[in-house]
Amino acid sequence: MGRHVVAAVADIPPGRRKLVDVNGRAVVVFNLGGEFFALNNRCPHKGGSLCDGVTSGLIQSSEPGQYQYTRKGEIIRCPWHSWEFDIRTGQSWCDPGKVKTRRYQVSVEQGAKLVKGPYKAETFPVSVENDYVVVDA
Amino acid sequence: MNVELRPNRAQKTRYGIVDCDIHPKMLIEEYRKHLSNQWWSYLQTYGIRPRHGFTKSYPMPKITPQAARRDAWPPGGGQPGSDLGFMQEQLLDLYDMDYGILNPLQPTGQGDQNPEFSAALAFAANEQQLERWTSQDKRLKASVVVPYENPDASKAEIKRRAGSKDFAQVFMLSRAAEAHGRRRYWPIYEAAVEAGLPVGIHVFGYSGWAMTNSGWPSFYIEEMTEHATGQQAVVASMIFEGLFEQYRDLKVVLIESGFGWLPALGWRLDKHWERMRDDVPHVKRPPSEYIREHFWVSTQPMEEAEDPEHVMDAMKWIGFDRILFASDYPHWDFDDPVLALPPSLTEEQRRMIYGDNAKKLYGLS
Repeated sequence: MGRHVVAAVADIPPGRRKLVDVNGRAVVVFNLGGEFFALNNRCPHKGGSLCDGVTSGLIQSSEPGQYQYTRKGEIIRCPWHSWEFDIRTGQSWCDPGKVKTRRYQVSVEQGAKLVKGPYKAETFPVSVENDYVVVDA
Repeated sequence: MNVELRPNRAQKTRYGIVDCDIHPKMLIEEYRKHLSNQWWSYLQTYGIRPRHGFTKSYPMPKITPQAARRDAWPPGGGQPGSDLGFMQEQLLDLYDMDYGILNPLQPTGQGDQNPEFSAALAFAANEQQLERWTSQDKRLKASVVVPYENPDASKAEIKRRAGSKDFAQVFMLSRAAEAHGRRRYWPIYEAAVEAGLPVGIHVFGYSGWAMTNSGWPSFYIEEMTEHATGQQAVVASMIFEGLFEQYRDLKVVLIESGFGWLPALGWRLDKHWERMRDDVPHVKRPPSEYIREHFWVSTQPMEEAEDPEHVMDAMKWIGFDRILFASDYPHWDFDDPVLALPPSLTEEQRRMIYGDNAKKLYGLS
């Protein structure tokens, strides 16, 4: 376990995602409107790469003819068997009790703070002027 | 999207994998050079005429475009399964595979309403498999696409390819105009036996008939499920028409239909045969014996039981020497070899299913 600097904030604009290596583990970092979330990239169903999936939202219906399309871009769909996961929680949409993808804590830190440690940025050059995405894993 | 990582799975799968269900994508334009001017002109004028009536789409909507993995669209353009380099990167090299069997789907001319045009397209599909795939990567083996509704032309196509190390099997689809055991198809089986090739029967093939006893299903999910019942009809027809008494060396591979249902079918066929065998005096032995002697099954899409031991029980009945690993690349329901098989298989059983059984069946070393 440790805190890993994985990307500059500017590398992952809102609505985008980036696949990063955290201690040999493939982790996908999402930017949802400025908030960062990180999930284990490997789909818990059969191992598809979540980073390569499409995102969608949540459609709910209270009655026939009525629907609400919310949380646009916050659900990632595995590119293989189309299992869907809530990017905020890692929970599977169809089987939230049993199936979830591992979620990691993410924070944004200033470069100036990072260079003092105790962060691990072995493969990533950090400059004091920028902000960085830090994953706890 | 910024994808830099590719997990190295080769080390986990040192079983000499043979993938028995890879779908190479070829476009009709590529067939131009293998078609006569007459057929090319026919194609421009009349087009492809499948039996289901949809020429440019499927009778059932698919879950994804081209029913493909979302990550299988080649970065350089083109359709999933069309780019050898990308197929090597995503499949053959990634899993360190020894061999892959090519099962081309559309367009191949199979089931076209014009029997002669069907034969011309099947020839073109076979030529193109050699040119685009097997000559470019020696791990890949082609399937002899046959225009199965035109059995004489099918026979000629098999004879043409017999003896070629580039072809591993004869290729049919599971839904034909008539049941697969019927006499009209026997020339195909005869030629396959003569050529020493197994006959692979892959699901799909829009025969024009609805796939259920009560018409067309409403949903894609039903179509996915009914493939297994379709293959049950294939097995029953082949056995009860006496096919295996006539062609004792015939080998049949059931592709993409799972296998959990096969033991129950065997029990049922045996039970009825015991009581009603005078209905089929040409069937000399219990049906399950023909199943165990003449059929192989492929893993994808394998039944996923809540208790994996139930899948093991089905495998035990079928025989661990009869099960072939298949990924279905590049389709959406692709099986990753690292995760596909039940955990309680022994090393030996794993080795058999991943590659040894297929090497033996297809004569690959």
